[in-house]
Amino acid sequence: MLKLLLSRLVTAIPSIIGVVIVTFMLTRLLPGDPAAYFAGLAASPQAIAEIRAKLGLDKSLPEQFVAYIGDLLTGNLGSSLSTGQPVATEIATRLPASAELTLVALILAVGIAIPLGVLAAVKQGTWIDHLCRIVTTAGVSLPVFFTGLLFAYVFYYVLQIAPAPSGRLDVFLSPPSDITGFYLIDSLLTGNLETFWGALKQLALPAISMAIFSLAPLARMTRGSMLAVLGSDFIRTARASGLAPRTVVFAYAFRNAVLPVITTLGMVFSFLLGANVLVETVFAWPGIGLYAVNALITSDYAPVQGFVLTMAVLYVALNLLIDFVYGLVDPRVRLDS
Amino acid sequence: MLPLLRHARYVLSENPITGLAFGLFALFLIAGIFGPALAPYNPLQSNSAMALKPPSTAHWFGTDQLGRDIFSRVLVATRLDLSIAFASVILAFLLGALSGVAAGYFGGWTDRVVGRLADTIMAFPLFVLAMGIVAALGNKVINIVIATAIINFPLYARVARAEANVRREAGFIEAARLSGNGEARVVLGHVLPNIMPIMMVQMSLTMGYAILNAAGLSFIGLGVRPPDAEWGIMVAEGANFIQSGEWWIALFPGAALMLAVFCFNLLGDGLRDIIDPRKRT
Repeated sequence: MLKLLLSRLVTAIPSIIGVVIVTFMLTRLLPGDPAAYFAGLAASPQAIAEIRAKLGLDKSLPEQFVAYIGDLLTGNLGSSLSTGQPVATEIATRLPASAELTLVALILAVGIAIPLGVLAAVKQGTWIDHLCRIVTTAGVSLPVFFTGLLFAYVFYYVLQIAPAPSGRLDVFLSPPSDITGFYLIDSLLTGNLETFWGALKQLALPAISMAIFSLAPLARMTRGSMLAVLGSDFIRTARASGLAPRTVVFAYAFRNAVLPVITTLGMVFSFLLGANVLVETVFAWPGIGLYAVNALITSDYAPVQGFVLTMAVLYVALNLLIDFVYGLVDPRVRLDS
Repeated sequence: MLPLLRHARYVLSENPITGLAFGLFALFLIAGIFGPALAPYNPLQSNSAMALKPPSTAHWFGTDQLGRDIFSRVLVATRLDLSIAFASVILAFLLGALSGVAAGYFGGWTDRVVGRLADTIMAFPLFVLAMGIVAALGNKVINIVIATAIINFPLYARVARAEANVRREAGFIEAARLSGNGEARVVLGHVLPNIMPIMMVQMSLTMGYAILNAAGLSFIGLGVRPPDAEWGIMVAEGANFIQSGEWWIALFPGAALMLAVFCFNLLGDGLRDIIDPRKRT
């Protein structure tokens, strides 16, 4: 087990190195002069040069890269130009909001996609199979920001059953005390049901919009892989031996069909983390995506760079986790390693 | 050609939705080419007397906060949205197919470099990387094209590499080599044309994603700038009016965007069915 974990950790190292190099390169491609921007419009050339030296922009690229690595190792992602706040703390305080949204969306997507995919494969060619095809094709075609807006219009403006699309909690409710940073969990832990209900209502629409967008690859893969497994010899043998259809589908077929689905989760996370930015913009969700978008508008580069790096590191970590889970579920991988 | 047509007819009869997708595609092409000529109003002409009017016979899709005709804007935007998507897909194809074929055919260090590059790009959540690239290169339409091409590059490179790798030992490649063709000629004249059908499917499959990605970037304010008509930025403008009930500003460009992506996704699936029956799902 430990060996499996270690061998997976080693494969993540090149990815992390690549990610750091690319995010470093992204800042150096910046066409404007950050020093001039920092100094303001009326700054003298001397003041600009001073700031350039302070930011370390007068050194050679390799030297700057070493300085960048040093900063990263001490957890320093620079400071925002517009607010002056360190980027690392801002991202850390906003991360739970994004994580809560993304995880709820993921749970929703998995909870809908896998039963749908299994049913579509078991009842191939029936209406549920067609439903699955429509949902998967429509799901990836719906721009997530558009679905979010439609939901906000229908459920907030027309039906008035959803709260205004403005953040994690109604202004009249106070956030729960900070234990995990997840409002749903914290409000339950402190027994504050009113806050829990309020947070859930705020979370529902953005999470559903994201889930619809990301469930397509999961449902598609579940269906395809279930079909392949259901057609194989060992399922025929199981059926011929008179096992109950339920046992054949769940204990025999699904257990084998779930492996490619776990691999697809990597792509689903890529979708979710990207959709996160758009959904947070639509629902004014105070997460890291909205933080990055606001920084983009004011050409404030350090937060954007910090955001890209954080997302990429998270994504590499998630892929690592997926790989590890795959190893746990599939004994063959464990034996190989 | 004849068997291919017959096969295409068979696929269409099996799956009439693909036929629908081809029809939609034709419609989008017409809108893209003739959009500016067909538009009933000037898409940039504001008219404060007509601001925020719901759909009517004069303005089919209503008017926006500046009184501009939304139908004309949606129609005219087709060209920009499709051009961005086409350009980025072609760029991704050129970069990805060439380096992928080289990697699959030559192997060795070429393969390692291309593979490492693709892996590094895939280590990012793709939309996030595209945001970073546009932010770094500058807020221009051409940079949306470049960013979208870069995030699609690994898909092309991987498919091209796998397909070229299968063919490097094939008889017709050996024959081409034996008859005295240089390596470059073998790769470009024999391997590449042979994997073109698969690459075409890949292109139509990624078109939808390219449109979504470009519109998403302009939705958060990257690339296309107002007052230019583009679906993503029009949805972003309409977002400000959703809470006060002016739904038509965001709905129509959003619906056009959705329909375009839907069309290309169906088209990609249909093309794949025609070219590779084994992968049919």
